[in-house]
Amino acid sequence: MSIKDIESEVISEFEMFEDWTDKYNYLIELGKSIKKIDEKYKQPKYLIKGCQAQVWLHASYENGKIHFTADSDALITKGIISLLLRVLSGRTPDEIINSDLAFIDKIGLKEHLSPTRANGLTNMIKQIKLYAMAFKAKNKQDPNR
Amino acid sequence: MNFNIQKLREQFPVLHQQINKKPFVYFDNAATTQKPKIVIDRLNDYYNNENCNIHRGDYHLSRKATEAYENTRKTVQSFINAQHHHEIIFTRGTTEAINLAASSFSKKFVNKDDEILISAMEHHSNIVPWQLACQERGAQLKVIPVNQNGELIMDEYLKMLNEKTRIVAVAHVSNSLGTINPIKQIIDAAHKKDIPVLIDGAQATAHLKIDVSELDCDFYCFSGHKMYGPMGVGVLYGKEEWLEQIPPYQGGGEMINEVTFAKTTFNQLPFKFEAGTPNVADVLGLEKAITFISSLGYENIQKHEEELLQYTKKQIENIDKIRLIGTAGKKTAVFSFLFEDIHPYDTGVILDNMGIAVRTGHHCTQPLMDFFQIPGTVRASMAVYNTKEEVDRFIDGLKMVRQMFG
Repeated sequence: MSIKDIESEVISEFEMFEDWTDKYNYLIELGKSIKKIDEKYKQPKYLIKGCQAQVWLHASYENGKIHFTADSDALITKGIISLLLRVLSGRTPDEIINSDLAFIDKIGLKEHLSPTRANGLTNMIKQIKLYAMAFKAKNKQDPNR
Repeated sequence: MNFNIQKLREQFPVLHQQINKKPFVYFDNAATTQKPKIVIDRLNDYYNNENCNIHRGDYHLSRKATEAYENTRKTVQSFINAQHHHEIIFTRGTTEAINLAASSFSKKFVNKDDEILISAMEHHSNIVPWQLACQERGAQLKVIPVNQNGELIMDEYLKMLNEKTRIVAVAHVSNSLGTINPIKQIIDAAHKKDIPVLIDGAQATAHLKIDVSELDCDFYCFSGHKMYGPMGVGVLYGKEEWLEQIPPYQGGGEMINEVTFAKTTFNQLPFKFEAGTPNVADVLGLEKAITFISSLGYENIQKHEEELLQYTKKQIENIDKIRLIGTAGKKTAVFSFLFEDIHPYDTGVILDNMGIAVRTGHHCTQPLMDFFQIPGTVRASMAVYNTKEEVDRFIDGLKMVRQMFG
């Protein structure tokens, strides 16, 4: 499935929710069940500064694809991270660089990605794209990786 | 009560809207209060009919605007009961007022190894300007500790006053906790050792009557926008004796007497501290905010807010796993709290979806949050137009948060 396919899948899941509480309950559930980040990556080096909620992000590169794990001290933030990683983790650098994450707007969570929300998510997406660019550059130098 | 709360609310257009299809509950008044129509109309009126630069304009409109601007200075003087109208300096807000005082005072009176005394509950605006002053002058910043209730430890304070202390700068009311500090006691103790005191009154003027003569404080700072006035205007009150002695803060128009390339002599008070074109419209708006407050009377304001405080306290304490931060004996209607197991940000998001505006985070008091060992709090801060029905919606919101996060 392409990034767009997964985005459509998420959008149709969210279309089933009748009101905002269903949506946020789902995000909370996603937050609780997110794949745990290795505790050794929960240190300042992997911390993405938000103002209030802290976000940790780790990236690894394998067979041309980038795998992310992440965590946050705020549960709703973690739920949104879970959605973002569902779409972006396990993708090639180019797929990540070219993604526009339009689904976030369609499921009514755009406000959470506003730079003024200070929840670390905007910076996390920036960091994900930076990882993609860095791995892409590295890959060019060493195509056998 | 002498005022009708519904009539009062009608004066605030912004309150009458729906957020996420629910009635808007505004509980972020410590950040900024909403503005009554007389303030909004005053701004409109000024720009529609009176706008021009003041002082030195020898034409009708300029004279009229100058007069209105200078009259506001007198209104502020009587509002805080200052001795002279030239002790009222208009600034952009509390932050600029404190920066002015800290910078100019320290240039004249603070030297190497001197001490400046602030408290552990100060807003960053009453920390950083003093830190900068200390760096520049080689002085030390000393901090009055707080107890677990969020009150200043007065015994410690008294011990900290010494012959090296040049000035004490404390908040009248804590922005993140609502604690009302015993500033009269603080001022008297400092004065016994001839140490001047600056009070950060940003969180006080909407709720408490200020009488700088009775307090005998040396400087008092406040913002228009936290007391139903416009953003972008504030006041530095300083005793004449201090304002005369300390150097100007910024250079420019209006603050000069005579300028040559060799030397500039400075204008008299208050103009010495008001460089550049003043914010006339917002100063005139501030006058109307004072009119608004005076029309209600502080007695009524306090009575209403005290009722909200007690009404909320009773209910919020019964919510499971909630921890109130700041339980001082004397406080304004501010509730800083967090659920033990829920991040303040998460609480804020759910309340926002229910149309309730609160603030989450460290409230520009990071050292205080460090003291309580918390990342931040959810802060609900009330004003005179808030109602018990709004408190009920807020409490329902908290119950919803509790339910959603298990």
